Amino acid sequence: MKRQIPVLLVFVFGVFMIFQYFSPHEYSEWIYKFLMDWIYIIGIFAMALGIWSLIHVSYDKIKNKRHDWGYSVVTLAALFIMMFFGITGFDENGEWGFYFMTQEGLTNPMFRNFFNHILVPIETTMFSLLAFFISSAAYRAFRARNVLATMLLVSALVVMLRFNPYFGEAVGLYMNKIAAWLLNVPNMAAKRAILIGIGLGMVGTALKVVLGIERGYMGKG
Amino acid sequence: MNQNTNIFNKMMSMDRRWVFLLLIIVCVAAYFAPFSIPILIEPEVERVYNFVDTLAPGSIVFLAIDYDPASLAELHPMTYVLLEQCFRRNIRVICTALHPNGPSMAENAFLEVVDSCKVDKTYHGKQFMGREVVNGIDYCFLGYKPYPALVILGMGTNFRLPFPADYYGRPIDSIPMMKGIQNYDQVACVVNISGTSGTEYWISYGQGRFGFPLALGVTGVMGAEYYPYLNSGQIFGYMAGMLGAAQYEKLAENDGKAVVAMKVQLFAHFLIIFFIIIGNIGFFMDKFSKKREGR
Repeated sequence: MKRQIPVLLVFVFGVFMIFQYFSPHEYSEWIYKFLMDWIYIIGIFAMALGIWSLIHVSYDKIKNKRHDWGYSVVTLAALFIMMFFGITGFDENGEWGFYFMTQEGLTNPMFRNFFNHILVPIETTMFSLLAFFISSAAYRAFRARNVLATMLLVSALVVMLRFNPYFGEAVGLYMNKIAAWLLNVPNMAAKRAILIGIGLGMVGTALKVVLGIERGYMGKG
Repeated sequence: MNQNTNIFNKMMSMDRRWVFLLLIIVCVAAYFAPFSIPILIEPEVERVYNFVDTLAPGSIVFLAIDYDPASLAELHPMTYVLLEQCFRRNIRVICTALHPNGPSMAENAFLEVVDSCKVDKTYHGKQFMGREVVNGIDYCFLGYKPYPALVILGMGTNFRLPFPADYYGRPIDSIPMMKGIQNYDQVACVVNISGTSGTEYWISYGQGRFGFPLALGVTGVMGAEYYPYLNSGQIFGYMAGMLGAAQYEKLAENDGKAVVAMKVQLFAHFLIIFFIIIGNIGFFMDKFSKKREGR
């Protein structure tokens, strides 16, 4: 029974959702909305579980003074500070208070400041570093070792230079045409093949789950 | 190993710190140097601009801001210029942010563009008087909800289903601009500005199921990913990376950060190409030298 009931539930809801997509009937729409609410509720519990897991793992690391435990202190401090400012704020009369059920906390100046002056610089800096690593990687990897590598190298150069304004109109036009052809023909053909493959794979996997052939989601294959 | 081989080896395997140093010098110098570069316009960007520009005042553009600060440099300029174009032309905007860090990005953009719209400006020879852009009348920011696919599907039935209230907690029915607005049927187009794979949800679950006109603004690294959708007609326009943002700014005659950043990007690309050429010269000369020595 421990295995049959989940398989039955997945089959019933899976088949229902397939047919629901094509049915505009009032009852079908109502059940669809009802199930969507369920998904949000499950998601909220999953988020609570995630926060609990983060707190538990970080606390354990700090308590046992494991390697790099200092980072866990920062993680927990950041989590609680953002939570605190996210649920506190000022109402229309300028009075400070806790707001668990409403959204005043999202306009809390400290919540905004922490986002704008801590998270934004951190994330933009991390992403900016990519430019340096890509430059170094391009310098090392783009070698015309064989025909395929040469094709990759030439394609990359053409796409990089396609909107170079210093080439002049005639060269620029041809460069742009070649780049457009590269993006619209070989690139698109490859992408379409991948997308069709992914799509068929998804349908296949979904059918296997609905029909109870694939049971990995229950923790066992 | 003779002296020549040694030089060629050095050309092939230069210490990466030199690459980093030269790149930062080029970027900083290009940023501060007082010159501009011409921006050539691609048709896929022009289609987005023309679509929005030809909408009647009072129309609604749905803007989906699905990116975090990591993609700020490339995507924020697109959001700014598009929002300003809409507000200047009295086009209303409904906005969602289906990335957890998206709401603050969207809110920052709204606050800045609302300020910018208070000033008189002239675009394409037409003067636009400064005006107060009001939250709830000119735009409605719905905020964030998890599970983008479900939210997109839910909004197809009714915006109130996933968003009973806006980002600031006001019930949707109490917001003046949302009166009579049910779902995508009432919006002229959806523009998804995204740095995540959430774009695929907008194509599959949004455009695929509800058939609204969809345009995309994505980061440079995602640029090549979405061309198939452009040619299949699933998206009507496409802005990719800093170049896409700069092209839109040029089209709107509203030069911003993307136009400035393009000169930095261009010279950074020149430097990378220079290094690639140096590396390949070293590679071939080394190969030739070894062949001549009979090794």
